Amino acid sequence: MQKEMIEARTPPIMTVGALAWIKGNLFNTATNCLVTLVIAYGLFALIPPLIQWAFIEAVWTGESSADCTADGACWAFVNARLDQFIYGFYPPEHTWRVDIFFVQLAVVLAWLMIPAIPGKKYGLVYGLVAMPITSWIVLSGGMLGLTPVDTHDWGGLMVTLVLAMYGMLASLPIGVLLALGRRSEMPVVRTFCTVYIELWRGVPLITVLFMASVMLPLFVPEEIVFDKLIRAMIGMVMFQSAYMAEVVRGGLQAIPKGQQEACDSLGMGYWKSMLLVVLPQAVRMVIPGIVNTFIALFKDTSLVLIIGLFDLLSIVQAGLNDPVWLGTSTEGYIFAALVFWIFCFGMSRYSQSLENKRQEH
Amino acid sequence: MLLRLWRDSAWRAVLFQVLLISLVLLFGGWIVDNTLTNLENRGISTGFDFLSQSAGFGIIQSLIEYNESLSFGHTFVVGLLNTLLVSALGIVFATLLGFGMGVARLSSNWLLAKVAAVYVEVFRNIPLLLQIFFWYFAVLSVLPSPRQSLSLFDIFFLNIRGVFLPEPVFDAGGMIAVWAFVVAAVLTVGLVLLNKRQRKNTGRPLPFLKATGALLLIGLPVVTFWLANGSLHWDVPHLKGFGFKGGIELLPELLALWFALTVYTAAFIAEVVRSGIESVSKGQKEAAAALGLRPGRVMNLVVIPQAMRVIIPPLTNQYLNLIKNSSLATAIGYPDLVSVFAGTTLNQTGQAIEVIAMTMAVYLTISLTVSMLMNMYNRWVALVER
Repeated sequence: MQKEMIEARTPPIMTVGALAWIKGNLFNTATNCLVTLVIAYGLFALIPPLIQWAFIEAVWTGESSADCTADGACWAFVNARLDQFIYGFYPPEHTWRVDIFFVQLAVVLAWLMIPAIPGKKYGLVYGLVAMPITSWIVLSGGMLGLTPVDTHDWGGLMVTLVLAMYGMLASLPIGVLLALGRRSEMPVVRTFCTVYIELWRGVPLITVLFMASVMLPLFVPEEIVFDKLIRAMIGMVMFQSAYMAEVVRGGLQAIPKGQQEACDSLGMGYWKSMLLVVLPQAVRMVIPGIVNTFIALFKDTSLVLIIGLFDLLSIVQAGLNDPVWLGTSTEGYIFAALVFWIFCFGMSRYSQSLENKRQEH
Repeated sequence: MLLRLWRDSAWRAVLFQVLLISLVLLFGGWIVDNTLTNLENRGISTGFDFLSQSAGFGIIQSLIEYNESLSFGHTFVVGLLNTLLVSALGIVFATLLGFGMGVARLSSNWLLAKVAAVYVEVFRNIPLLLQIFFWYFAVLSVLPSPRQSLSLFDIFFLNIRGVFLPEPVFDAGGMIAVWAFVVAAVLTVGLVLLNKRQRKNTGRPLPFLKATGALLLIGLPVVTFWLANGSLHWDVPHLKGFGFKGGIELLPELLALWFALTVYTAAFIAEVVRSGIESVSKGQKEAAAALGLRPGRVMNLVVIPQAMRVIIPPLTNQYLNLIKNSSLATAIGYPDLVSVFAGTTLNQTGQAIEVIAMTMAVYLTISLTVSMLMNMYNRWVALVER
């Protein structure tokens, strides 16, 4: 047994302040000291030269890669091609039509995503119905006195956004229908939807795009000719709606059975109870999942390169083959990566904030 | 009468299903009819006869014996094996990197956690195809020519043609030692399982388990190697003409695809691992610490086993994604199933339907098999509630 009094320990020297933080978070154990030092050295060796290359020594304007130096990035390439990266081969005198599309997209996104802006219902109708129709008319022309612009001339960021937006708009309702079908009590409907979902989820998107570009023309009478962009879109929608269906099904499963039973006891039919009671709750619950599916769809648009469409990545890739701009591949890829990253990171942050908000309630 | 039937929901369901079946059949028939007419008009033959025809094109990487005179059936197998090769390499390394990054994100070291977070956020938000291009066109194609290769100890070489590694070559005696190693590995696994059972039943482990295992794994091959009078020499790659001869050659296409798949998938795996570890309640760690376990053992014995239950299902999904994503090989010309079979073979034969159906069937088989195994595993680890 302890007989003597134990001396009171001295209070810790540092518990607050920058030094204490550094000690507690970076140098609290021997291993952590080592790890911190190694990483700090790595960052020190990596970041200054990177900044040197990307900003200080970089060449921002020029006519060819001859204007660039070996020590710095050749942003002149991106600068010279920027219009092409954004608009593709869209006739320069008509690019204002593409700008209208971009502005509409931005308005819809802001309207739906910023809580302070009122009238979400109208925003939804505008975003889901009015905007897609007007955008398509404005982009492809042939109506209202607009010169028709063939989809062959579309390219760059514009095609990426067109594919992503229309892919999303089409795959969401199809996905909802498939999810409902997979939970249906009718065996034929259930089997049909399950097979459809598992089939597309089991194969890579590339094979679906190959199928859409090679086999689709065989499936329809020769008189019907789809253009390439539409074929790619059909392939992506078939593929993505299967993923969407699984996300929505997750939401449907989370809705308590009592909701459906309450609808039944009120005498509501299947569609009424689904559209008015179950689906609004289910879809709201899985918005983060839907956004994640959308991020995947957005990244997947780059695959259309393989069937010969010019999205942002493939137009950058094509630009790199220009003999005038030899040796600028790193800059080109970094630019494309940055654009994709900004969109995807923004969306994933948005989805996370939604999730956090839901958990607070 | 009809109105009454219409109001009966059971009858309506039957009617609706009959309608759906006939619609699907009609649509299917229309497609088949169109396809047959179109194929006839274009003079494309049907059937799987093409599989036995001579392919007539070379493939840059093949795990089995292959040359141009072999059939399209062989190209299918070569492509499939190449797909499996890059998938296996990708899965192993993505798992290692992903687990490392996932644990690092939860590290008490602020700097390490932030570096891991930046890694995850950067790489999972950039399209995989772009990453493949970056590795292939921006990194691997600016390497020096074979004559100016970067080399390590003059046995490992890196140049624009890829990576060259020494290859172990065994004679007959050496092969026996390799087999002895396999036998030793099987025995060790058996021992570990036996130990687990013993511990479950009696609470005591087998004595000298680690020593026995090590002795088996190292001793048995060494002894057989010595007894069988085996020999081993390394086939070191060497410069010959404009390229390297001998050793193991890893093509830049394979390397680029492998790196990109690893880095991309590891970012997702890191997130899976992190959320799995975070799902284990704090009380578990505190209870383990209160019992006097060291932090490392808390992790290995208490947290990880429980986290695995949450981690494994999404992890398998990531593996499946990796296998499916390996089809992007076709963009840089790595000879995987899609590139060789759905690409070149399709172009040569024109038989789009058969070729794409076969390709899809392969991926579908892999996916369905893995998800079946997954379901079995889930039933196995599911918490048995009393």
